[in-house]
Amino acid sequence: MTKKKETIINVSLIVALLVVLYVMEHTIPSTAMIFTVLKKGAIYALVAVSMNLLNGFTGLFSLGQAGFMLLGAYTYGILTIPAEQREFVYMYYDGGIIHFSVPVVVALVAAGIVAAAFAYLIGLPVLRLKSDYLAIATLGFAEIIRAIFQWDKLGPVTNGSNLLKSYPTFKSVLFPFIVSGICIAVIVMLINSTYGRAFKAIRDDEVAAEAMGINLAHHKRIAFVVSSFFAGISGALLAMYQTTIQASMFKSAMTYEILLIVVIGGIGSVTGSCLSSFLFIILSEWLLRFLDSDMYIGDFHVPLLRAGFRKVVFSVIIMIIVLFFRKGIMGTKEFSVRGIYNFFTRKKKAAKGGDSND
Amino acid sequence: MTNVLKVENVTMQFGGVVAVDNMNLEVNKGEIVSLIGPNGAGKTTAFNVITGVYAPTNGAVYFNGTKIIENHPQGKMKKLYKGENNGKYSSVLAPTPDKITKMGIARTFQNIRLFKSQTVFENILIAKHLRRTSNLFTATFHLNGKEEAEMRKQTEDLLRILGLEDVKDEMATSLPYGKQRRLEIARAMATEPTLLLLDEPAAGMNPQETEELTAFIGRIRDEFGMTIFMIEHHMDLVMEISDRIYVLDFGKPIAAGTPEEVQNNPRVIEAYLGGAVDE
Ligand SMILES: Nc1ncnc2c1ncn2[C@@H]1O[C@H](COP(=O)(O)OP(=O)(O)O)[C@@H](O)[C@H]1O
Ligand SMILES: [Mg+2]
Repeated sequence: MTKKKETIINVSLIVALLVVLYVMEHTIPSTAMIFTVLKKGAIYALVAVSMNLLNGFTGLFSLGQAGFMLLGAYTYGILTIPAEQREFVYMYYDGGIIHFSVPVVVALVAAGIVAAAFAYLIGLPVLRLKSDYLAIATLGFAEIIRAIFQWDKLGPVTNGSNLLKSYPTFKSVLFPFIVSGICIAVIVMLINSTYGRAFKAIRDDEVAAEAMGINLAHHKRIAFVVSSFFAGISGALLAMYQTTIQASMFKSAMTYEILLIVVIGGIGSVTGSCLSSFLFIILSEWLLRFLDSDMYIGDFHVPLLRAGFRKVVFSVIIMIIVLFFRKGIMGTKEFSVRGIYNFFTRKKKAAKGGDSND
Repeated sequence: MTNVLKVENVTMQFGGVVAVDNMNLEVNKGEIVSLIGPNGAGKTTAFNVITGVYAPTNGAVYFNGTKIIENHPQGKMKKLYKGENNGKYSSVLAPTPDKITKMGIARTFQNIRLFKSQTVFENILIAKHLRRTSNLFTATFHLNGKEEAEMRKQTEDLLRILGLEDVKDEMATSLPYGKQRRLEIARAMATEPTLLLLDEPAAGMNPQETEELTAFIGRIRDEFGMTIFMIEHHMDLVMEISDRIYVLDFGKPIAAGTPEEVQNNPRVIEAYLGGAVDE
């Protein structure tokens, strides 16, 4: 299969996907569960891939994702609330101190930039830490950020512990798909570049990577900043999806959810993260909802089922995966047209071909 | 200046342990120089100082006539320092290992350190990263096609010259031991060094593999005009290809010279060869 043919197939598949989504939107009622799954799934796919860039490809065990999403969400909200709505949104702060708004696309990019800027600043001290300490420090950072954004003194900007709302959102499922798709494509291109190879070298063996002339501090920082940039954009998308922003949305539980997605999908697999995002959202928003509500069979009150039990089940799942299926669905393999093609041609010819994972 | 590497009064002390004790040595252009000595003599530590893994407690290192490393006892080492030449050095020059590699000193490790999840080809391709002219943006958006192609071509060429072409798509760790060692050397060569440091390249090899390795190292010197500084225990290998040998004992060079001179040096026989020759 030539490179050109592969590109044509890939592009056709993407176009086909968008057409299917478009058609679905015009035939299925918009309240259908499937749209929740698709929208949230696309957003989570982006943040999961951004986390995978750090944890899976660079070997940096960071747990700050929710914090960077919060930064992105707030940046987006603060910059896009229409000027005439501000006095209602910021009713406790005299309409706030910002009196302009910017276009959606500009705000999305700004969301990424603000998250990346914070990552740049904390990167220097934090990235020197070894694995577990890095996890603790980034988790702490996320919690501190959440507290700061709820701080009353910053209310004129962040609206304190009150909601941000009335900013532009999206209706069509195509919007998160296209934005996430573009962002994930950029991350994949980065991973496949010479910088991506350097990240993987650091993941495999820091000492050897440094001996190969790779500046550890510099490259870790790049991975951290880029990952945070895209986490920021996904935070903005999540804000659009939820239609309101509150700092308490971005608890560490959110980071654990994303970690769960990354681990299920395969640490070091982009397509794995994407697949498992949708899988996770299907399970948590749809199939396992019943775990959180009381249930009666006849007069029998089914034990355990009550608010919060879903979280318990997820914790058990993450333990089982870590103990028995450490590779997740995909391991470090990728799902690709070429891989499928190779798989079938190899079967047919029974000749030795390339691996199904390139 | 003909010496590529000059180690000057280097002492490396870990707490109270003096691992390298006032070491002085030189490696000249185009030479193969071996560093031998019993286990724990401080050989690997000397390499770690030269490559920037540790800043020496005292002393300096010169590369192609330029001072690249310098240090003097500081902090708690001020009190603990047991070495010589205290006070001779005053400035601090402590580049990280990646900077040293960029300058042109490449190394291998006593315990093989390959990139496990990558193929032979990819292991070598990574070494081309440090000579890049692209930046994050141009590399991500594949605007550096020419450079990328050049990196791959150089990798192919190196694999061919060093006889690893037939295994290039195999996972690095699936190679037989001897080939892993060679791959590690090839990877170091891919950084385009002028000085190559090999830490026990024949460790764990059988006589046949050792013989192949001897030829391999000779080829690297001849093909690339490489200067090689090598730690090794296999005396056949050392005696066959070394131009000069330094013998280290308790962190101090106790003898130096050509293979014949060293072999006949009574201090060396006493300290080292006596025990090791018949291993
Ligand atoms: N990082 C370190 N911390 C403390 N002691 C060390 C360290 N590295 C090496 N040493 C000590 O230095 C001495 C020399 O070790 P090494 O250079 O590995 O010997 P060789 O390579 O000649 O076998 C040993 O006593 C070793 O325990
Ligand atoms: Mg050693």
